[in-house]
Amino acid sequence: MTSSSSRFPETHLSVVEAIRSGEPDVRRRAFDTLVRAYWKPVYKYLRLRWRVAPENAEDLTQEFFARAFEKEQLERYDAGVARFRTFLRLCVDRLAQNEYKAASRLKRGGEENMISLDFAGIEQELVHGDTNAGADGTHTFDAEWVRGIFELAIERVRAECITLGRASAFAMFERYDIRGPDVQDRVTYGELAAEFEVSQSQVTNYLALVRRRLRHHLLAILRETTVTEAEFRAEIREILDR
Amino acid sequence: MTQLSNTALEHLRRIADQPDLSATRYEMIELLGRGGMGSVYLVRDRELDRLVALKVLVTGGATPDLVDRLVAEARILASLEHPGIVPVHDVGTTAESLPFYTMKLVRGKRLDRHVTAGISMAERIRITGQICDAVAFAHARNVLHRDLKPTNIMIGPFGEVLVMDWGLARLHRTADDGPQGGSNGTSAVVGTPGFMAPEQSGGDEALVDERADVYGIGGILRFLLAGTEASRPLRAIAERAMALRPAERYPTVASLAGDIDRYLSNLPVSAYQETLVEKARRLVTRHRLPLGLIVAYLLMRLLLLVLARG
Repeated sequence: MTSSSSRFPETHLSVVEAIRSGEPDVRRRAFDTLVRAYWKPVYKYLRLRWRVAPENAEDLTQEFFARAFEKEQLERYDAGVARFRTFLRLCVDRLAQNEYKAASRLKRGGEENMISLDFAGIEQELVHGDTNAGADGTHTFDAEWVRGIFELAIERVRAECITLGRASAFAMFERYDIRGPDVQDRVTYGELAAEFEVSQSQVTNYLALVRRRLRHHLLAILRETTVTEAEFRAEIREILDR
Repeated sequence: MTQLSNTALEHLRRIADQPDLSATRYEMIELLGRGGMGSVYLVRDRELDRLVALKVLVTGGATPDLVDRLVAEARILASLEHPGIVPVHDVGTTAESLPFYTMKLVRGKRLDRHVTAGISMAERIRITGQICDAVAFAHARNVLHRDLKPTNIMIGPFGEVLVMDWGLARLHRTADDGPQGGSNGTSAVVGTPGFMAPEQSGGDEALVDERADVYGIGGILRFLLAGTEASRPLRAIAERAMALRPAERYPTVASLAGDIDRYLSNLPVSAYQETLVEKARRLVTRHRLPLGLIVAYLLMRLLLLVLARG
């Protein structure tokens, strides 16, 4: 976690380019990023915009990503026409329209799903959580995309902290910045210092460190899931502007 | 995987937007404001243990053009030492290579908010005069502001007036400059509608000179006079400053300031042709004290005359 490592992520293969790659490992990693960043927006969009029943939305989400893994699907993407996020949403629309048109659709129950996703958890989010439901569903997709990118970045920060022996730093971050905003009597730096048996200045230093890593991973994920520099910059503002 | 509530997400978006100052001598405290080009943060200078304001390009906004513009802004500000222009302390880059500069922390109110407190006409005119002083000083060093508007004016706790946000400022080409001198070469339209001179909104840099700033100050004066019982000469000053044709405006900010001074001294202003009645009223107002003494003297003489005859 040096300062040089927190520079803006350098340009490298985007998810789109990586999925087109002939290297299986590269493709698998790119696919994993794509799924983690987009599965919640896709599922919630299907549920709220297209009013798809939960079990069908699960199947369609699986199918969506299965198709995305095929090179031909992503080869249609033209960075000069739309953002990658918009392209994916239009792909979901197309899939949902086709589903709607197919009056007697084959039940997919017998098919093996290739990815494991927490659909029960996401249904709980839809019922009890903070899903942003908009009139046309577009807002849902975009808002859930922001949430998905942050959740993925947090997972990367968590893994990194554990690897580097800084699990307590992440635990403080989790208490103060993830769970803290939701509780009425927010934990203080002093309480965290007492709980983790460190000084208050160490608490603020740890929090600052993890926040920097969160920002770093956010930008890295955006770099991976965009194609052009202009799209990358536009998506940064989309993620960070309130 | 962590599930984020809306509240937690908004909090994280806010903290993730903060620039990484770990490679600098500054410690982040809070966001003070955001503009189109950059954000200004309250930070602590750890070496000098003082609070300063830090302006940095917004994340994702560091295009080569904006980087150049922020650096140019810092250099221009550093060259302008004037009580009405906020001083620059330091320039640098963040760990993510975003350029920033720090400046004196101005604690006060933006002009657009200051006026809502209900300020006197004299205060409104004083503020305009002080803006003229700062901008005329910049013009004397061939610097044009190009984005003068109420939100770019700060009123300090002791009434000091500061002209802020020199992000669109550029060196003005003078007769001494060669063909490459002056303009930054951009042809993009920069400025704020409503306060931007017509020649500036046309995008032709060659046509923009200090009269564009005269127009901006005219816009601020008009804003300050809106909804007040301002006199005709005062309104005429604002109108002349905002004339559509540059040739019909005050040629310099100094000449605009001169007309404001004349108005304050109850002298005729160049922007307004007064009637005989208005002229008489102005003369009476201007010479109130000697005229009062003369009238008092004449009344006393009259009284003495009456008493002597009685």
